[in-house]
Amino acid sequence: MMQLTCPWCGLRDESEFVCGGTTHLIRPDLAASDVTWGEYLFFRDNPKGVHRERWRHAYGCGQWFNLARHTVTHQVLSVYAMTDPPPDHS
Amino acid sequence: MNYSALALLRGALSAHRNWLPAWRSPEPKPAYDVVIVGGGGHGLATAYYLAKNHGIRNVAILERGWIGGGNTGRNTTIVRSNYLFPESARLYEFALKCYENLSRELNFNIMLSQRGLVMLAHSRHDLDSMARWANAMRMNGIDAEILTREQVAARAPLLDMSPDARFPVLGGFSQRRAGTARHDAVAWGYARAADALGVDIIQNCEVTGFLTGANGRVVGVETHRGRILAERIGIAAAGHSSVLAKLAGFRLPITSYALQAMVTEPLKPALDTVVLSPGTGAYVSQSDKGEMVIGASLDLFPSYAQRGSFAVLQGIVAATLALFPSFSRLRLLRQWAGIVDVVHDSSPIIGPTPVPGLYINCGWGTGGFKAIPAGGWTLAHVLATGRNHELAEPFQLGRFITGRLIDEAAAAGIAH
Repeated sequence: MMQLTCPWCGLRDESEFVCGGTTHLIRPDLAASDVTWGEYLFFRDNPKGVHRERWRHAYGCGQWFNLARHTVTHQVLSVYAMTDPPPDHS
Repeated sequence: MNYSALALLRGALSAHRNWLPAWRSPEPKPAYDVVIVGGGGHGLATAYYLAKNHGIRNVAILERGWIGGGNTGRNTTIVRSNYLFPESARLYEFALKCYENLSRELNFNIMLSQRGLVMLAHSRHDLDSMARWANAMRMNGIDAEILTREQVAARAPLLDMSPDARFPVLGGFSQRRAGTARHDAVAWGYARAADALGVDIIQNCEVTGFLTGANGRVVGVETHRGRILAERIGIAAAGHSSVLAKLAGFRLPITSYALQAMVTEPLKPALDTVVLSPGTGAYVSQSDKGEMVIGASLDLFPSYAQRGSFAVLQGIVAATLALFPSFSRLRLLRQWAGIVDVVHDSSPIIGPTPVPGLYINCGWGTGGFKAIPAGGWTLAHVLATGRNHELAEPFQLGRFITGRLIDEAAAAGIAH
């Protein structure tokens, strides 16, 4: 089973967490075009490699946090706060 | 070579030493009329229908691994057309009708077994939504019958129908024409039939880039086996669609997830229908070899690893055993995962991409196998004519901008 490190509770089993998908998405202005809205809502990089995503420790402290995780190896490269800038793993 | 009882007898007389390979393994030519990226069921069917329906035989299928080694060989082999909306019903019913005639058409036994499908309702709300669902199917001209609790028990006697069952079965509905088909045979049958019409099947050939010419039109691909030119290119790469789209310079509304399945040791015939329990996420059928084939719901985080998480495996086994307590002493023989291309409305995308000359068939998510003939037929149509097939018209990339989604998430039968 994959294990993730919650910044507040430490290393826990994957089954305690819920993945909230891609992080660092910026909500466009309400007056944005349909194309911009569609891109924001649905279109994703979906990388085969490092993916920056948000997780919630749903069956623990309930807090959201960010992960950089490799989508092939599932290796976690960094854990960081929701408001932190994306770390560089290129 | 035509496969027949006589051919089998002739083969037996020569101790089966003289069978020819079912398709050639040619060196790639420098140029083709059409190149298909992806040698799974959808890609193979696309090439076959290009040759058969449109007379375009100068076609190559480029497969990164081996034929049918991706999701085509990793699904739970179930075919059905129990969808909710008219657009989806038409598309999946077209596929099921093709499947009904496919063994004869391809001269290859795909072992279609229309053993029926039973959807289980575990609550009053399930009963209501399934009545709506079955009625919607009938409105769309597809067979469906609402089942009482007793009828479900008669169709699948091993289900736990006791009063204290963890997931009580209150009723359900059935599509009798649903069933299973041998997944490998579908890939091999299409491959053999396409090859016989002149299509080149090139395995171990990964596409590493797209070549574009004037106006950004696609003119070919770079591969591990050199440059191959083609004016029209179709992508049918399921969970890897986003990777190819990135090479071509655009994005898709797709997230790739691992979807698990597993088989038990084989046993005598015990379950002669497909049982789906949308409430628990479990679905079970028995293969012709006797194995119980168990499908899971998604591992709900993005993944390109073709293996599932133990947490989901545990959950699905628990759900299956709650439904079928007598399976508790069976051992699991194999467990695996395929990478599926999930879009927000759980409906496919079949048509042009932002790159002129480049077309795509993706977004089938957890349910691509049952749709192989329809996916191939409609992608072949747009590749050959430049116009969308009428069945594929509602399933365009543009719906994610206009908002005209076909939200089959509720009807797909699997918890996404």
